[in-house]
Amino acid sequence: MLSWTVYSSFIGAAVCALWPNLSPTGTRRVALTTALIGFLAALVCCFQYDVDSEQTVQFITEKAWVPSLGIGYLLGADGISLTLVLLTGLAAITGTLFSWNIETRTREFFAFFLTLIGGVYGVFISFDLFLLFVFYEIAIIPKYFLIAIWGSTRREYGAMKLVLYSFAGSALVLIGLLATFVEAGATSFSVLELIKHPFPRDFQLWAFPVTFIGFAILAGLWPFHTWAPTGHVAAPTGASMLLAGVVMKLGAYGALRFPMTLFPMGLAAWRDEIALLAVIGIVYGATVALVQRDFKFVIGYSSVSHMGFVLLGLMATSEVGLSGAVLQMFSHGVLASLLFAVVGRMVYARTHTKDLTELEAMQLARRLPFAAGTFVVAGFAGMGMPGFSGFIAELQVLIGAWNTFPSFAVVAGIGIIIGVTYTLRAMTKAFFGEASEFADDPAPPLTSITGPEKIGAVLLITATTLVGLYPRILLDLIVPSLNSPMFKPLLEP
Amino acid sequence: MDQILQLLWLVPVLPLIASVILVSRPGWSRRRAHSVAIGALGFSGIISLLAFMKTLGADPATTAREVVTVTWFQMGVAPLQIGWVLDPLTAVMLTMVTFVGTLIFIFSTGYMASDERYRLFFAYLSLFAAAMLGMIISNSLLLLFICWELVGVASYLLIGFWAHKPSAAAAAKKAFITTRIGDIGFFIGMLWLASSSGSLLFFDNGSGCLEENALGLLGSQVTILGLALSTAISLLILWGAMGKSGQFPLHVWLPDAMEGPTPVSALIHAATMVAAGVFLMARLYPLMAAGATGTDDAFPVTGALIATTFVGSITALLGALIAVAQTDIKRILAYSTVSQLGYMMMGLGTGGPAVAMFHLITHAFFKALLFLGAGSVIHGCHDVQDIRRMGGLKGAMPVTFATYAIGMLALAGFPLLFAGFWSKDAILHSTHTWSVSHLPYWIGLIGAFLTAFYMTRQMFYVFFGGNRLNESEAESHPVPPPHESPAVMTWPLIILAAGAVLLGFIGTPAFPWFQGYIDRAPSTLSLSALFESGTLSVMILSSLVGLGGIGLAYLFYRPIAFRPNQQVDPLQRRLPRFFDLATHRFWIDELYDKTIVAAVGALALVSDLIDRKIVHRIVECVRRAVQGIAWVTRFTDEHLVNGAFDRSCDGFRWGARQGARLQSGQTQRYLKIVGSSLVGLVLVLIWISRS
Repeated sequence: MLSWTVYSSFIGAAVCALWPNLSPTGTRRVALTTALIGFLAALVCCFQYDVDSEQTVQFITEKAWVPSLGIGYLLGADGISLTLVLLTGLAAITGTLFSWNIETRTREFFAFFLTLIGGVYGVFISFDLFLLFVFYEIAIIPKYFLIAIWGSTRREYGAMKLVLYSFAGSALVLIGLLATFVEAGATSFSVLELIKHPFPRDFQLWAFPVTFIGFAILAGLWPFHTWAPTGHVAAPTGASMLLAGVVMKLGAYGALRFPMTLFPMGLAAWRDEIALLAVIGIVYGATVALVQRDFKFVIGYSSVSHMGFVLLGLMATSEVGLSGAVLQMFSHGVLASLLFAVVGRMVYARTHTKDLTELEAMQLARRLPFAAGTFVVAGFAGMGMPGFSGFIAELQVLIGAWNTFPSFAVVAGIGIIIGVTYTLRAMTKAFFGEASEFADDPAPPLTSITGPEKIGAVLLITATTLVGLYPRILLDLIVPSLNSPMFKPLLEP
Repeated sequence: MDQILQLLWLVPVLPLIASVILVSRPGWSRRRAHSVAIGALGFSGIISLLAFMKTLGADPATTAREVVTVTWFQMGVAPLQIGWVLDPLTAVMLTMVTFVGTLIFIFSTGYMASDERYRLFFAYLSLFAAAMLGMIISNSLLLLFICWELVGVASYLLIGFWAHKPSAAAAAKKAFITTRIGDIGFFIGMLWLASSSGSLLFFDNGSGCLEENALGLLGSQVTILGLALSTAISLLILWGAMGKSGQFPLHVWLPDAMEGPTPVSALIHAATMVAAGVFLMARLYPLMAAGATGTDDAFPVTGALIATTFVGSITALLGALIAVAQTDIKRILAYSTVSQLGYMMMGLGTGGPAVAMFHLITHAFFKALLFLGAGSVIHGCHDVQDIRRMGGLKGAMPVTFATYAIGMLALAGFPLLFAGFWSKDAILHSTHTWSVSHLPYWIGLIGAFLTAFYMTRQMFYVFFGGNRLNESEAESHPVPPPHESPAVMTWPLIILAAGAVLLGFIGTPAFPWFQGYIDRAPSTLSLSALFESGTLSVMILSSLVGLGGIGLAYLFYRPIAFRPNQQVDPLQRRLPRFFDLATHRFWIDELYDKTIVAAVGALALVSDLIDRKIVHRIVECVRRAVQGIAWVTRFTDEHLVNGAFDRSCDGFRWGARQGARLQSGQTQRYLKIVGSSLVGLVLVLIWISRS
């Protein structure tokens, strides 16, 4: 069942690309169906997952692939994987809904889109590092095309920057991966096997930073973050949603699954430095967002800030911090998708501007009340208001961080205030601008918000509220997995 | 009666449900909308009242505290528990908020009658009430914080309700951000408390963070700057309370918040939300008092309580000074609120929660009354808010005038009859007996004088003399004459006015029933307590000060009542420098703009520049370098590697051509070659054999 998330996405992509005489509407339907199948499969897995079992990695599918090198086709999932698989399903559905208006080269768009989704699913459920790496690469390539073909502002530049950063990260990961393989005796790439191998301290000390930074580039670690805002801004809405929603999580997830679990000593040695970078990212991203004139850049930089919380939570190396980090991955995935949907699809596609000064004169709150309402909810959720998922996540991250490095927690708190400021600034400017003198002069009416957009927004808001009010639906999956032996060395340095 | 405890969660949830219903049913009629909102809050009020009775009936020897605890989710290894508590503090606050809230809801049906977003207004009001009530019942600092934040959101929505006015949108933003700056202290304090006491539940059968075990631990540990851990945490949480309760230096948002509709000002910025900070301090009083030295004092003295007292004192004085020179009817009340909240903080620091809560409750009544009265005035004057343009409303709005006068006398501390006198007296009394310093006491007296002065000034401006509505803009379209508000607006005023008089008698020195109820000590009626030397002298002095303020204002502003054209304020004539300073609120807003706001802005610009210039440059350099390398490799590739390849290919081809030329098919040439080869071979052999 779990593998079907990957299979269905690839099959869907193939159908979109190859099926003869598929109309644009047909393509959209295929994409939506595919996304729904993936999401349902993820949901079923969540229900079937046995929380009480000693064996936290379940649904294991194992096939030898390149036996001579110990490469296996090893899929499985624990609570952390499932949370992110669920997020991917949600992002796939809503991303499709918010891409409903793609008219140029629709088939190719959705083919790339679904390939990307398939790759992301694959990363989250691979327990063979080589396989994980392969999926990781599969996820990177379609991004380039999605941005370069359907993007806007400086799209070639953005696409190229993003792909180069991604590949630079991959290169580091690959080096670490091969070194690990050799160091462990060159018999297996399986995480479940490698974890039994005690890596010598000297090895961990260099292998950890190399692989961690390799992954963290994709998670927007400061100062390797600049691909994120430019990439997000250049991308078409559906792709921004995926980029911020799930692709950034690939980095954080990979970092948790591979360098952090395998090299606990390296982690202990480098923890403070990385936590510092994470905190800088939180404050820095927020302050930069404060002075952006481009609405999408505000959201792009806010992603850098929010992903800082994920990394800070990871570095807290306690159950609370880690569960906060995983929850924050989910939460940011949902909220960033929602914000990009509002900015890119609801506003930009109608007004054709992302410039906050221009939007200020447009009175959008009156003309697009649904978009304004959605943005207000998403904005409040994003600034960590209770009742939404972000609060529970950031609370746990900060409690975890407080126990490990109190001063960082305080600085991160300041980042939250700046977060409030930039959100309100963007909100006021974009939607509640001052009525201009020509207010009586009726502006040309904007197309009202369409059905798919409403459904997508409601889905995402439901997700963030549900987790905010009843976090157990995810924490009951996440916490037992964090208590498994796999994470023991990490938590007890 | 135990069902009341089990049903207490309904108190916040009912208004929440009402709010959700109102948002999701935009088609409802106005009547239906406000019926749902008022009904929900009214029902909450009934439950609150039952809960209040239950605590009244409790044995005075016990703490009368009961809790319900539920597990919310698993946080790391430990379950995160939240729950609610019923004790006198909760009960009295619930009753006040639901009662005053219901009256304000009813008033709003009249005040907002012509607003096109009527339903949404009631939805927001209900959301606010829900969050506020949730805050009051919560038995967990985390749950309290959550509701505290939601209160902030609701307040943001309500202040910015008329967001088409840029000033309203800006005020909403300012209020939200300023209180968030306070909240971050609260939040950090909470993290610290959670990690050092292990529980965020207040009361949990001995293991809560406000109970003996935890307090002993927190009070005895010493942390940074030599502070007791409990003090350090309390100071952080105090910072949060200062944000919410408009204490200096975080008071700047509160006056601007008057941009919201007047019922909002009454509900949020007078009666309930701003009192939340005081309530929080009252709730956490055991923590603040933990580790107190000198147990022989009547009230404990700790660093946190001293800080609270002085913050309160400064605020009480500053707010009163600024209020003296304001001209907007609501702004005067707003600064008065700032000042009175300062009094509550003073009372809390010197006399414990009972004193602070007493003033909080009476203040809620008379300040809600004043705000609603101001609303009625504004409504009657067709949205004019400048007191210089009012005047003479006594005749046109008799009910409003009478009730407003009661509120004014209560706030000014008119002796014996009014609630404000007794509660302020309690505070002055406790500052008088405070062992640390007498400064707060003197500040309290000065503040009381100023309060009486500015309220009397306002009364004269608004209600006496001739009407000046049409004086300044005679040429533009004239404002219709003022009129009295409808009954739905005046009745709440009358009820609140009754409260503003009667509530004082539950906490006089002769019968300190309220103090006894909060502190769980039986109280008896003893008139002689009134005449104890300390008590009596404070009472007399505060009476004199109040009357003096009223009298001085009478002397100053009485002429205004009869010479309405006078443009310069009499106080301005006498103390021009001070008046200017106070009009500009001591330039505090400007100071913040020039320092903190500018600093954050600069930081943001610098970060942006770093991103654009430096990081971008680096990326660009790397790109150039990579490109450069690519050019070099391309060159080497084309000219060296490829060149060598081509060259060697050419070589082969040349060789092959040469070879091919040999294959000419001419026998003579073959023979020539064979012959010359043989000659060569022979020569080589000879050369070899020679050596």
